[in-house]
Amino acid sequence: MTIIYMLLAISVFVALVFFAAFIFSVKKGQYDDTYTPSVRMLFDDEIVKEPTSSKKNTSEEKLTNTKK
Amino acid sequence: MVNCFHCGDPCFDTEIKYEEKSFCCRGCKTVYEILYDNDLSYYYDLENTPGISPKEIAGKYDFLNNETIREKLLEFNDGKIQIVSFLIPSIHCSSCIWILENLNKLDLNVKTSQVNFPEKTVRITFSATENSLKDLVILLSRIGYEPYISLEDSEKNKKDIDRTLIYKLGVAGFVFGNVMFLSLPEYFEHTEFWLDHFKPTFRWLMFAFSLPVVLYSASGYFISAYKGLRSKILNIDVPIALGISVLFFRSTLDIMMNLGSGFFDSLTGLVFFLLLGKFFQQKTYSYLSFERDYKSYFPIAVTRLLKNSEEKIIEEQAEVYTIKKGDRLLIRNNEIIPVDVILIKGNALIDYSFVTGEAEPITKQSGDKLFAGGKQQAGILEVEVLKPVAQSYLTQLWNNVAFSKNKTGIFESLTDSISKQFTIGILSIAIISTIFWLTFDPSKAFNVFTSVLIVACPCAIALAAPFTLGNLLRIFGKKNFYIKDASIIEQMAKVDTMVFDKTGTLTTHQKNLITYEGIALSQEEKQLLTSTLRASSHPLSRALYAILDKNNIQTLDDFQEEVGKGISASYNDRSIKVGSYDFVSFYAEETSEIKNKTAVHISSNQIYKGCYIFNSEYRQGLTEVFKQLNNDKEVIVLSGDNDGERERLEGLLPKGTKLYFNQKPKNKLNFVKNLQQKGKNVMMIGDGLNDAGALKQSDVGIVISENTNFFSPACDGILEASQFKRIGDYLNLSKSGIKIIKWAFLFSLLYNLVGLSFAVTGHLKPVVAAILMPLSSISIVAFTTLATQYIGKRLRTNINKEN
Repeated sequence: MTIIYMLLAISVFVALVFFAAFIFSVKKGQYDDTYTPSVRMLFDDEIVKEPTSSKKNTSEEKLTNTKK
Repeated sequence: MVNCFHCGDPCFDTEIKYEEKSFCCRGCKTVYEILYDNDLSYYYDLENTPGISPKEIAGKYDFLNNETIREKLLEFNDGKIQIVSFLIPSIHCSSCIWILENLNKLDLNVKTSQVNFPEKTVRITFSATENSLKDLVILLSRIGYEPYISLEDSEKNKKDIDRTLIYKLGVAGFVFGNVMFLSLPEYFEHTEFWLDHFKPTFRWLMFAFSLPVVLYSASGYFISAYKGLRSKILNIDVPIALGISVLFFRSTLDIMMNLGSGFFDSLTGLVFFLLLGKFFQQKTYSYLSFERDYKSYFPIAVTRLLKNSEEKIIEEQAEVYTIKKGDRLLIRNNEIIPVDVILIKGNALIDYSFVTGEAEPITKQSGDKLFAGGKQQAGILEVEVLKPVAQSYLTQLWNNVAFSKNKTGIFESLTDSISKQFTIGILSIAIISTIFWLTFDPSKAFNVFTSVLIVACPCAIALAAPFTLGNLLRIFGKKNFYIKDASIIEQMAKVDTMVFDKTGTLTTHQKNLITYEGIALSQEEKQLLTSTLRASSHPLSRALYAILDKNNIQTLDDFQEEVGKGISASYNDRSIKVGSYDFVSFYAEETSEIKNKTAVHISSNQIYKGCYIFNSEYRQGLTEVFKQLNNDKEVIVLSGDNDGERERLEGLLPKGTKLYFNQKPKNKLNFVKNLQQKGKNVMMIGDGLNDAGALKQSDVGIVISENTNFFSPACDGILEASQFKRIGDYLNLSKSGIKIIKWAFLFSLLYNLVGLSFAVTGHLKPVVAAILMPLSSISIVAFTTLATQYIGKRLRTNINKEN
């Protein structure tokens, strides 16, 4: 039954790892904005329009025109 | 009616067709073109009509040519890469997020951009070149996302987000869970070889776990209790701190002497629940700011005119803080005057509505003094500075003592007032029972003394107010009434005097009620009037033009606008004059009745016809709100405007409402102070900078806001203008909230009685405490939550009934 010392140590260690992960994520600001990422993750899949190279050129020209 | 493909506004007579889509203005069409040409039309697939019509910005951001100002705005700069964060009030939907995070497709300098939607900010990383920041701001403005840059941004105090409470809560929760696991074997009173064998290990492990809870998570309670005792106040944290320390020492003693398992489970649970209550009480509206002063209203830079060595005048973009007395400034149309000045050149038409409460723009001649905070509305001005920004007429208001004191500190909350009796009661019970046991069975005396202090720890009492008020805070928030913190609700329940500002608070900013008085205009005269007004940029002309029939607009033969006076125009054989009475009329004195009112006078072919009178439109439900409030409160109106509207207001408001006009910002502050000295609890409701002092001085200062994206002065709460008619309901709701808290107190005292009966008889086992304490806390939380939901629902059904 002395194995229980070992098990205790392991369980406390695992708990501490998760606790550290929590503190780390809070510190990094992961919970500061909980809304925007939920919207952002929906975007990526839907961008299907690949810009054609010729069109991009004209668009850049236009942009510089309007800047003037 | 067709709606604009970009912004969704209805297209009136100016519909622009482009690629089979309709746009309400050229700005909207330009944005569409930019986005479409850059393959960003997915913007319009995400949401319907997500756009914002861009505003005219020519010259507005020239100050970004100034190196020092640029440096102040940048968050990071190493010469190659720069990072900047902008507040963009117009962020409102997922399309906005998408387009702003795809800025790199519009501006090749942009590396990455990240939107924080709740805060309405975007953080952009871009490669540093001479003009890249200015180009970026102009690009954002051109696609309708104009950043809000104000004087406040020049003070670089990067706010550190305070996360201590989350850390403390995390530690307490982590420890609570682990201690519960470790103490579980002790709950079964079996004598079993292996359990007994491991008991010390388990117990000392629990001890080790609870150390950070006592030393770190609960530290706030010890500090607060110490502060309270030093200023001779028995606040609620005193019995809590006492309970926590007794729990810890008794438990440590128990495991040292091998008397029992100790109360570590109750201890960590208690701290966890208390912190949970504290956490719940906070509800932050990250995109609203309750602490703003004039700095976030004033511009960061202004155009200064300098003479160079060859006596030529050059323009320079100068920081507002560097402006000195005697400097010459250039104020463009729609710019805010940042300092007190004397007008040198130009036609000044200054809108002071936000600063003084005067409803209509004022014309000023050269040589007149212009106060800081006014907004120029007609062309370019040249002015000379009288005082630097910190000493100007308006900003001096912030030197008043009202702004330096922290009003939440003085207020004794309901919880604090009950905790005094509670603490005294508990201590006397503990002492009496100890004396009792000392005479009968001294071996139990210590046990009983500590048990009483442990079980009486007012966890449930301490949770009643945070959960009730936190819930109310959320209910208010859903109904567009945003409150700074929970203690404000308690103060709201006590209010007995309501002070209202007039301009912008009782009246709306947007609409004017325009009525015509005089000889009726013929069809031709009306047409001529419309054609004349079309060319004028004066705000009154614009407002009047908007309501007139716009058919048959003619090209005028002759048109002349004299700023500050009026317009004269002619077409064929007709002539018309529109403007002030002196300008239009050829005889007779102006009747005093009309004099104080805002009016546009008209004469046709040199005969005076009549005038359009602009009455400010009062908010919907004004009369009902005042009637409701008048029942049990004193209601006062303080206006910075002249008393031209006195009669109309008296007609609208119930009898006995006191009206005061021509009140300067400082008068308002002192007025509120006087009321308070008479023992009144004052709620101030205002909207502009002129109310800032009174808002700060009052017990509860509420700002009415047409659009919560825009500036509002420092206050305790922001009420969306559409909810104005509910003020009375909100006050009643806060009163019901206080009742709920009182009931919760009663319940938790009953729990304490049960616990005390265990404690004084010397039967308090750790397992009883471990059940009783969470049970009382959870049931109080459940009760307050259900009760507040119930009263919140009642408010909702009331609102539905009205609709």
